[in-house]
Amino acid sequence: MKRGMTSWMFALIACAAGALLFFAARSAGNDYVFFAGYTILQYIVLATAWNILGGYTGYVNFGSAAFFAVGAYTTVFFHKIFPLPIPLLVIAAAVASGLVGLGMGYLTLRLRGAFFAIATLALAVVLQTLIVNWSFVGGSRGAYVIRPATVYPFDSYIQYLFLIMLVLVIVALTTARAIERSRLGYGFATIRDDELAAEASGVPTLKLKLIATALSGAFMGMAGAPFPYYIGFLHPSGAFGLEYTVNAIAMPMIGGTATWIGPLVGAVLLGTLQQVAIVTISSAVNLLLVGLLLVGFVILAPNGLVGVVRNLLRKRPGAQP
Amino acid sequence: MTTNAGASILEVEGLGKRFGGFVALDGIDLAVAPGERLGLIGPNGSGKSTLVNCLCGTLVNDRGSVRFDGTDLRGMMAHERTRLGMARSFQLPRPFFSMTIADNIRVPLLYAMGTRRESHRAEAQIAERCHEMLGLVGLHDKARQFPRDLTQVDMRKLELARAMAAEPKLLIADEAMAGLSGSEVTDIVDLLITLNERGVTVILIEHIMSAVMRFSQRLVVLVSGRKIADGAPDAVIRDPEVERAYLGQ
Repeated sequence: MKRGMTSWMFALIACAAGALLFFAARSAGNDYVFFAGYTILQYIVLATAWNILGGYTGYVNFGSAAFFAVGAYTTVFFHKIFPLPIPLLVIAAAVASGLVGLGMGYLTLRLRGAFFAIATLALAVVLQTLIVNWSFVGGSRGAYVIRPATVYPFDSYIQYLFLIMLVLVIVALTTARAIERSRLGYGFATIRDDELAAEASGVPTLKLKLIATALSGAFMGMAGAPFPYYIGFLHPSGAFGLEYTVNAIAMPMIGGTATWIGPLVGAVLLGTLQQVAIVTISSAVNLLLVGLLLVGFVILAPNGLVGVVRNLLRKRPGAQP
Repeated sequence: MTTNAGASILEVEGLGKRFGGFVALDGIDLAVAPGERLGLIGPNGSGKSTLVNCLCGTLVNDRGSVRFDGTDLRGMMAHERTRLGMARSFQLPRPFFSMTIADNIRVPLLYAMGTRRESHRAEAQIAERCHEMLGLVGLHDKARQFPRDLTQVDMRKLELARAMAAEPKLLIADEAMAGLSGSEVTDIVDLLITLNERGVTVILIEHIMSAVMRFSQRLVVLVSGRKIADGAPDAVIRDPEVERAYLGQ
């Protein structure tokens, strides 16, 4: 709907940028760059996924960690019965968590605002309880997923994981951007603004809400799928960690929820800050940082960084309104 | 049941709705002819808005039936009714606040019209129609502004333009003039009459009697969920029962 480059063009440019990033990281000659970068990329996918539901339709999901965990545990499940290559696991995880998203959407059709948020939180608790009690995938003991030392043609396995996550980032951003500019994007925005008026304008709000919950859930699951190979040992309190839920909300809020750029900016900024904090201060300080930043942004810049930049451009004399 | 197509565009039979022990609508019968301008009045709490909500699918009626353009609307959701050609404006304007005025009007073009024609309209056609609607209500120069920048009367116009964008057959205007000044009321009535002259059936729910009398070809009065009068406006307002409902005994 909006003018500008097509989604294919965007994907192509994103691929080029991705390739550049990958080889730049390789040239650093240190796998630590890939370990830290993987986490940041994972948060870009998670934040973008959250934003499809939370930013575009306005339904705040407090259960991001659960979707991430469903993705991660799908990998563990297949690892136990029939190990698959990671790209296939990503697809399996997308299906599993997409279905969970669809189910969540269906069960909460009539819930809005805070009630929807509480329901998603409850969903996370229920799923965590199920996983803790499912000994096949490790139960409360957790599960080991030993990653191979390397995979052809990469120097190390982490480079392979990094590349997979990079591809997911490109897919997620391209999808989010395409939605924003499509008929679907208009529909999502009407749900965020006023559901009653949306229905009166012919928008099938329930159907669109289900599309959003399923799509958002699927991307969160995809972000979680390679995680067991990254971490090596997956346990419920790690997979359902508070940091995923908090970051998935905080990153789009800090970047700006109205466009695909917001979650990207928020995730890169906050993700990098957290990685730096882990190395220089302590690994525990990172949620504190997120919390403080989130409070600051909600009060001072409710439209996030993208909103701040947009306001500055608007105020510039002679600028297009 | 076969309908005599063309006789009425809207047929309401024995419509009933209660909220707990409160009977909001008690067996409403109403038929509206194509191209008609119908006024619907009644004191506060008489069930006007409940009736609109039941017609448009925002509320589900407990009893009775609604047929629109030959189709029974039972079990149909609000957006499906909109796609059939039934449009409404809200009592309090409910624009999409995050979108520009032009984009507000694009929504029904994308969702209500495209699907009814079973093919999505080309971008150029949508833009043209959007332009036309903005011209019709006189919001041309504000196309790129946001609803929060509009005055109350412009907000009402936007509400009507959005309702009209998808070329509905029936427009239900729920208190489109509440809170407007005298000349603004005239503007809106003129606009509604223009729309009607283009072939749209209009039901106007309104408290401002001068507007209702100027607009309506027929007047229906609701009191406590019942229809107590239905006929020519001049005769209806002289009806002793109507006078009693409005002025007390």
